[in-house]
Amino acid sequence: MNIENRKRELAKEFSPMLEKTTKTSKIWIGFLIAVILVGVYAFFVQLFKGHIVTGMRDNVVWGIYIINFIFFVCLSYSGAFISGILHFFKTPWKNSVSRIVEIITVLSLIIGPIFILLCIGRLDRLHYLFIYPRIQSPITWDIIAIMTDLIGCFIYLYLTFIPDFAILRDNSENASKWRQKVYKFLAIGYQDTTTQREKLHKITRTMSAMVIALAIVAYSVLAWIFSLTLQPGWNSSIFAPYFIIAGLYSGIGVIIIAMYLIRKYYHLEHYIRKVHFIGAGIILLVVSLLFGYFTFSEYFSRWFSHKIHDTNLLNTLFTRYFWVFIFANYIGVLVPIVILFFKKFRTIKSITFAAIVAVIGLWFNRYLIVVPTLETPYLPIQDTREEFVHYTATWIEWALSFAGVAAFILFFILIMKLVPVIPMSGIIDNEREQKMSKKSFKKIVTE
Amino acid sequence: MENKKTEKGGTNRRNFLKLGLMSSVTAVAGASLISNLAIQDEEVAESGEKMRLLTPDGKIVEVDASNVNKYPEALITPEESRKGIPNRKFVMVIDLAKCKNARKCVEGCQKAHKLDYNEEFMKVQLIQDNPEASPYWLPKPCFHCDEPPCVTVCPTGATFKREDGIVLVDNDRCIGCKFCITSCPYSARQFNWGHKEKFDDKSQPYSPETSVPAAEGTVMKCDFCPDMLRQGKLPHCAQSCPMGVIYFGDKNEDIVTNGEETVRFSQLIKDRGGYRHLEHLGTKPNVYYLPAVNRQFPLERGFNVEEDIIERYKDVPFVQDLKKQGKI
Repeated sequence: MNIENRKRELAKEFSPMLEKTTKTSKIWIGFLIAVILVGVYAFFVQLFKGHIVTGMRDNVVWGIYIINFIFFVCLSYSGAFISGILHFFKTPWKNSVSRIVEIITVLSLIIGPIFILLCIGRLDRLHYLFIYPRIQSPITWDIIAIMTDLIGCFIYLYLTFIPDFAILRDNSENASKWRQKVYKFLAIGYQDTTTQREKLHKITRTMSAMVIALAIVAYSVLAWIFSLTLQPGWNSSIFAPYFIIAGLYSGIGVIIIAMYLIRKYYHLEHYIRKVHFIGAGIILLVVSLLFGYFTFSEYFSRWFSHKIHDTNLLNTLFTRYFWVFIFANYIGVLVPIVILFFKKFRTIKSITFAAIVAVIGLWFNRYLIVVPTLETPYLPIQDTREEFVHYTATWIEWALSFAGVAAFILFFILIMKLVPVIPMSGIIDNEREQKMSKKSFKKIVTE
Repeated sequence: MENKKTEKGGTNRRNFLKLGLMSSVTAVAGASLISNLAIQDEEVAESGEKMRLLTPDGKIVEVDASNVNKYPEALITPEESRKGIPNRKFVMVIDLAKCKNARKCVEGCQKAHKLDYNEEFMKVQLIQDNPEASPYWLPKPCFHCDEPPCVTVCPTGATFKREDGIVLVDNDRCIGCKFCITSCPYSARQFNWGHKEKFDDKSQPYSPETSVPAAEGTVMKCDFCPDMLRQGKLPHCAQSCPMGVIYFGDKNEDIVTNGEETVRFSQLIKDRGGYRHLEHLGTKPNVYYLPAVNRQFPLERGFNVEEDIIERYKDVPFVQDLKKQGKI
């Protein structure tokens, strides 16, 4: 009975988050929709006029679309990875952040593949991938990996949502009719009995382990799209682990940024505390050290052995892309390390700042992996058309990129309107466990 | 067909006629006959109708009508184009000592494949391997590799390797993912970025063997002109070259020709130090180069082209020197 009351209390506590829409959030939603609409317009321009409207040409055939693709998909994989670890090892303070991580995972996994579709010249023939599949192609592996991962992540996310849907179903008498119906449907008859709970925990735990494995496979396949080719800047054996680390780096960065924004706008200081920022910050520190190490090894071996085509690539990186290189691979790594290394620098704001630097730096790091390599092929580009020699993204590509980010934020806000961003069932589980351990502690003492 | 290699008695000329790569009437007859004989190995439904044909060495033979080559009138559909011409292994040899950047190969190819001014299946590059090295003109088609990275990565099988060694693109199948373009180390492939009027011209039905008409959002590249090969003719680039730079032939027969002289492929490679470009990548190209030694023309003759073509070579150290001296 006690637990039922607590459930009611929590449902009441979080109901304003779900049902009330403030003026600022309305403006935000409107703004995001506007950005998405510009993106949709850009998409139709590209669809009807062809890829000629992008900055991509015969040498640089993949531009910022594929960079966004890797970026979002890596975000998702790292989300799955982190969330899986949080669940699997029953991390004590995981509850407040686990749902943020899971939402990031699923949303970025939906938005990422849209960007790869934008790279495809003939969207009308997309089904050929299934009619005439060739298993030798890393693209086919990637499709299999992403689809498996998407389904896995969806199931996993849904499993973690079920107990909260049940709580909301039982405690939303005042909510609108459609909400009650949605909750009832989504809760699939979960009554939070002991057997049901144990079963759900078991399945969630298994899924969390599987999601970790899926993430590693999918990450590696994504890296192989580049590293299995013969191109000088891509053909590298460390690309798969490098991508895993890079993905974790951006993933944790985005989680910290999301934690900061959600805490600030929903006044959740009670749940998302400084300890969460410090914990995530320390993980970011470890990963940034690893990421810096991988980046260094990658470029150092190319520079030291100086094969002619590697040298050409490095020359491009240090002339045309000098400041991008400095920002992505020096500032983007060293600033977070410095901020997070010293205890006195570790405040919520500075940790968030470090995360922002890390995420933007990583996006440019991806840019430097994709574009300069394609601009320095084995046989020199001899062309008089500037757009065929150097790549510059057009407004179409930027509009679609920002639309992707806007869609990510918008969907995030909408999901938070459906389910509380802090899992209520998790809070109850925590309290129950605390009581249990107290009881057993008392038992031991009295005995 | 298989025993042609061991038939040592024949002169190069005679073997060449059998190969049928020259456009003379006898050669065409010889070529189609050989194709017919080869086709007999395959399962072709016999029509019962017999045809009498004259072989190049004056014998009359009778073959089933269904075996007679329908080419070139017949359209090679995308499905048929996957098979290749039986018992052939096409190879190209480019003699760098003879090239003076006349660009006739480029123009001939563009005309045949209905390409625009800047669309080039065959490119002529100016390569200077190091600042001290003597620069040379490098006509660069698709290398039709035996280990083609483009074919491996294609997710739909739109690009494929045929038995006769040719790598083709079927633009009916291509989804335009561009993975093949990024995986080709020789930058041989091009993409149709936007719509062009010529794509709508359906007067010539599409065949991967002609690459015409091209289609928006798909990949295209040099195809070794299999439509010409089926007629016993040389590819357009080899035909158009006034210097006889480009030799084309069959590795199985061990013969290549530039239309004027016909030579043994193995001997040519041996005598002239033939090599393949970027051999260390392991792609095993079917285009061989003869190094630019004892040149027939000074390199500067190649600058007798349009201004914007010269502008392409501005990064080559040699061209920068020429510009400093005010020669171009």
